Amino acid sequence: MTMTATLTSTERRIGFAISAALAVLGLTMAAVAKSGPMAVHGAMALVLGVALVFHLGGALYDHPEPSNRRHAEYYDAPTRFGIVMTLIWAVVGMGVGVWLAALMYWPEATPLWPGTSYGRLRPVHTSGVIFGFGGNALIATSFYVLQRTSRARLADAVSPWFVLIGFNLFCAWAATGYLMGQTQSKEYAEPEWYADLWLVVVWVTYFVLYIRTLARRAEPHIYVANWYYMAFILVVAMLHIVNNLALPVTWGSGESFTIWSGVQDAMIQWWYGHNAVAFFLTAGFLGMLYYFLPVRAQRPIWSYRLSILSFWGIVFFYMWAGSHHLHYTALPYWVQTLGMTFSIMLLVPSWASAGNAIATLNGAWHKVRDDAVLRFMFVAAVFYGLSTFEGSFLAIRPVNALSHYTDWTVGHVHSGTLGWVAMIVFGAIYSMVPKLWGRDDMAWPKAVEWHFWLAITGTLIYVVSLWNAGITQGLMWRAYDEGGALSYSFIESVEAMLPYYAARTLGGALFLAGAVLCALNCGATMRAAGDQVDEADRPLYTQPAE
Amino acid sequence: MLKLHYNLEKVSMGLVGAIIAVASVGGLVEIAPLFTIEQTVVIPDDMRPHTPLELAGREIYIREGCYACHSQMVRSLADEVDRYGPYSLSSESAYDHPMLWGSKRTGPDLARLGGKYSDDWHVAHLMDPRAVIPVSIMPAYPWLTRSLDTDLIAENLATLARLGVPYDEAMIDNAMADARAQSQPEADGADGLRDRYGDDITVRAFDGDPSRLTEMDALVAYLQSLGTLTDAAHEMFAEDKP
Repeated sequence: MTMTATLTSTERRIGFAISAALAVLGLTMAAVAKSGPMAVHGAMALVLGVALVFHLGGALYDHPEPSNRRHAEYYDAPTRFGIVMTLIWAVVGMGVGVWLAALMYWPEATPLWPGTSYGRLRPVHTSGVIFGFGGNALIATSFYVLQRTSRARLADAVSPWFVLIGFNLFCAWAATGYLMGQTQSKEYAEPEWYADLWLVVVWVTYFVLYIRTLARRAEPHIYVANWYYMAFILVVAMLHIVNNLALPVTWGSGESFTIWSGVQDAMIQWWYGHNAVAFFLTAGFLGMLYYFLPVRAQRPIWSYRLSILSFWGIVFFYMWAGSHHLHYTALPYWVQTLGMTFSIMLLVPSWASAGNAIATLNGAWHKVRDDAVLRFMFVAAVFYGLSTFEGSFLAIRPVNALSHYTDWTVGHVHSGTLGWVAMIVFGAIYSMVPKLWGRDDMAWPKAVEWHFWLAITGTLIYVVSLWNAGITQGLMWRAYDEGGALSYSFIESVEAMLPYYAARTLGGALFLAGAVLCALNCGATMRAAGDQVDEADRPLYTQPAE
Repeated sequence: MLKLHYNLEKVSMGLVGAIIAVASVGGLVEIAPLFTIEQTVVIPDDMRPHTPLELAGREIYIREGCYACHSQMVRSLADEVDRYGPYSLSSESAYDHPMLWGSKRTGPDLARLGGKYSDDWHVAHLMDPRAVIPVSIMPAYPWLTRSLDTDLIAENLATLARLGVPYDEAMIDNAMADARAQSQPEADGADGLRDRYGDDITVRAFDGDPSRLTEMDALVAYLQSLGTLTDAAHEMFAEDKP
């Protein structure tokens, strides 16, 4: 880690103090909890804090300061760290996903040890890929894009590290907590109250850093990618706080009860859940798309007006759509109808974004053909269009009657996360890694092409098998025989799933193989780092030394 | 409009304010009325909260992630009513913090599970699902035979009481004794338990061994309570029938 070398001695002292505070926080948590997951999490914070104290403390005196030239460069060291964490979480999160897919086909393989049971590993997969892989990619790229579209260096050097390290501590608490049986059971919001509070602190720091850097921008206009990153930061904060309001059982137990109950809890949970899709898994990644795709294609965004329309459409419509998760339930009918209506309207801004991205490629189609990196981004835009169409379709009440509770939903989610989110992340990573490690190209350019085909084949196998699975399941559940009795028992529908579950495991394994190849390729590129500097890629004004 | 936006793009805090305002509308319109419109949740007279043992079982259900594969929400569709029973009412989960409606049925819905199978069936099924249903893909939970951790049992009730679940002081004070009593049908505590939670609760040695209070006792007690906290759904269903 090159963190210390990029910090001045004042910044190292600030970092030292924050690390010491983290160690004290960890010690306090462990002491109050005495045993159980919260004590383990306290110990983890203590170890991290102490390690950082030694790391920074060893460089407090007699170590060279970074040169003043740094003010004429972007601050990319945190982004490099974020990319490494993105790749680690990709392999962990997707690896657990493939293992879980295999367990559904082969449940006897479950080790008879509580920590590796399906129900505890499942949130390790979802949090690992959404927050670990997606979240690190969002933070790392947001720093990269923010500086380049503002032509300004990050506002300070300590807070980017606090945001990234703090966020990864949250992810590690989440994953280890689930293995120990600690969960709030709210989907995609499983971590307990103290982890939630910690994330609020990290997130406020992130927002302040973002706004302070924007204030230094050398361009009068804020580029559209930053609107999306800002919507991501702001709305995720709003959703996270409301959905996670909870009353701890005791201060030392690490257990709590959410203050919401029953139907209101269901509505708030899916208001959160669907907008975790919108603002965690869409808005920030659209920011990524709006920067990396035009830069890679060397074409300006096709339509500025369409960008405005789709941005505000997404921010407004998405927030109404969550209730489509609760069709035909005990949620009042009028709320279901509103959710369905807005989900359908949502197709307009979604396709406006996807269309805008694809139209941007006009005149650069030969690059899409030749450059696998740009092809990742093109496929991401196509899958974004496909999965948002499918989402609006599945939100229609009678369609949802068939699809809800089945594997069709799981297939839909993966068409979005594998086909759209992961593809744009890989496109962004392959764009940034050579540049950030001073090279022309990746260490193994051919492996990028291999990765592309593994990823697209894996996604297609996965999605098609779960379409079949879900529709089969839905039809079997509602089939009646001539006498008016249900045709199939539930277990018969489970048995019918087995071939599809086997196929989806294969699809997932191919996708994982591609991600592993990407991690190895990035590792090889980082080890063979060069010293090329792009002279044009720097802040417009040099910020005064602080 | 375009001109307005052209200027808005130059003011970062303006964009921040606009995003927060525009994103808040949907939630306010859809969520706030759920707390004010009285018909949203009508608590039936016979509705009871979970007993301490059932609540402990619910914590185990959450801990093991059962909700990832089992829903507890029968939708108002003919085939679901035929398969599972009367569709779920909002009141039935009114005391659930959080609700466990679920989002996926890798296994069947459990909202009407209570009383459907024997305790022995549940124990055998949780120990080894394939011993009971050969093609089941559910994992086994052999560690549920360990003793139930009852350290927080009274605090759990007290915390829920602060959130509005009708646990009175006697219920909180006797939480530990009530948990034991529910799995020891021969012991004295069962009368007090019935006084507090009603005569309809099940008092049995759920795991077959009344001498030890295990996680299995708690989880099976919870599973047997599903759909039995009120008769409202069944009564409404009977009225609907011609």
